[in-house]
Amino acid sequence: MTKQRKIAYLLNAVGVVVIFALLMALFAAGVFGTSTTYIQGICTTACYTVIMVASLNLVVGFMGEFSLGHAGFVSVGAYVSAIVSGALAGKGLSDLGLFLVAILAGGLAAGIMGVLVGIPALRLRGDYLAIVTMAFAEIIRVCFCNFSITGGGKTLSGILKLSTFPRAFWVMVVCVTFMYMFVRSKFGRTVQAIREDYIAASAAGINVTFYKVLTFAVSSFFAGIGGAIYAHYMTAMIPTNFNFNYSAELLSEVIIGGTGSLTGSIIGAVFLSALPEAMRQFATYRMLCYSVVLVLVMLFRPGGIFGRWEFSLTRVLGRLTHRRETAKKGA
Amino acid sequence: MLTVQDLHVNYGAVHALNGVSLTVKDGEIVSLIGANGAGKTTTLRTITGLEKAASGSITFDGVDLRKTEPSKIITHKLAHVPEGRHIFPTMTVEENLEMGAYTDPTDQEKTMEEVYQRFPRLRERRRQLAGTLSGGEQQMLAVGRALMSKPKMILMDEPSMGLSPLLVKEIFDIIREVNAQGITILLVEQNARMALSISHRAYVLETGTITIQGDAKDLLNDPRVKKAYLGQ
Repeated sequence: MTKQRKIAYLLNAVGVVVIFALLMALFAAGVFGTSTTYIQGICTTACYTVIMVASLNLVVGFMGEFSLGHAGFVSVGAYVSAIVSGALAGKGLSDLGLFLVAILAGGLAAGIMGVLVGIPALRLRGDYLAIVTMAFAEIIRVCFCNFSITGGGKTLSGILKLSTFPRAFWVMVVCVTFMYMFVRSKFGRTVQAIREDYIAASAAGINVTFYKVLTFAVSSFFAGIGGAIYAHYMTAMIPTNFNFNYSAELLSEVIIGGTGSLTGSIIGAVFLSALPEAMRQFATYRMLCYSVVLVLVMLFRPGGIFGRWEFSLTRVLGRLTHRRETAKKGA
Repeated sequence: MLTVQDLHVNYGAVHALNGVSLTVKDGEIVSLIGANGAGKTTTLRTITGLEKAASGSITFDGVDLRKTEPSKIITHKLAHVPEGRHIFPTMTVEENLEMGAYTDPTDQEKTMEEVYQRFPRLRERRRQLAGTLSGGEQQMLAVGRALMSKPKMILMDEPSMGLSPLLVKEIFDIIREVNAQGITILLVEQNARMALSISHRAYVLETGTITIQGDAKDLLNDPRVKKAYLGQ
């Protein structure tokens, strides 16, 4: 690792801690008064949505394939983790331990499902793949509607409330960091080469199917973790929560944020999680406003808010200090 | 070096190749000419495993290529420059070249220096996105990327496609230079005159079958070739 890179990682770590401390301080000081729990809830929602959207971006933005079934992987993570935490509750694990084991189990289950779906599906491209992933998500939903262990068609309730805001926040930080490292690794470069031109990629000696399945599995793994946090935040869920609309919502957040930009996904997810809540005062016109905002973003920023561009704290600070130096010289 | 024996390839019910046999010896430039749809590109794509053969054999340097994964073929030092300049458009020129050395990154810097010496234009544009290069530069990049894998043999599919006559000449000069360095070349071309003028030997492919073969010089004077492919 170069010195520059170390500094960049350090800076970003400081930035994340500052944001966290700021939010916690605001909550502790009671700035939001009676709605503190409500705001904290929105922040938790934003955290798991960021994980889901960023993981979908691995497939849509970095691999360049359309997936319309991300909610399917989210639901696998959600249900598996709920079952695991239910089974392990009261077995001597601390709350935090239970939470970590549950989300890891959810992530692994979704990741394995990603491999199973990916091996046959990723020989397809474009529209065909989109249809297959959509069908997969529907199959999962119907299965969960009929398994007794998932509560059948009824609500699965009584899931432990393990997802607090700090936990969701730090899991999100770890997940996004891993995804960022994946994208910047040799694997990430290879996957982007496949997106650019799969014929050239295979001529260069890249095993296209292997890398596609790998990316799909990584994406599903993180989707499952997002689902697990969701399950332990909501404490009750029904398979219809994870229908096609949910997949479409995640996809629109990827596109609004910018396909191929992880920081874009973060902004997109936070923005679209907070937007419906912020618009509550418009009551019945809420969903209308939401749609108008989506249309406006697409009209004026067709590549999403960030496009393929990544926000970099180092670059911003570099520019600020540089400007100050030139200002000094000028004076 | 490369031997193809009685190769049959079908696309569904359509027979694309009907028993194609050809050999390329060490150090040669061999061209495969023929009209649209004769099966030239299919032949190359089958050799590198991008299409599945129904029957026949393909051996390169003693290796049975029909039993080799497409992604492993380049590790036997057989490179493929696909038709239509397949480069990675939003990667820089240098990143494109790095992808060429994907399976064998040893001495990557040295090989890249050699490629830059051969294509000074690519050095000038090393930080530029490959998608913004001109057609001729993209074709040079595609050839340069193939060279990055330090191949013994390169399969080239229509290197002259969509290029101006001047650039076509430049590209063919490059092919000749690359060959002079000891790299064997199998060339697929519609521009029969150009291809024959630099080749040692050639095959004429018609609707999936080899109809004429021989020394390139002889083919240039063959009345059948002259009539059908050289427009005389």
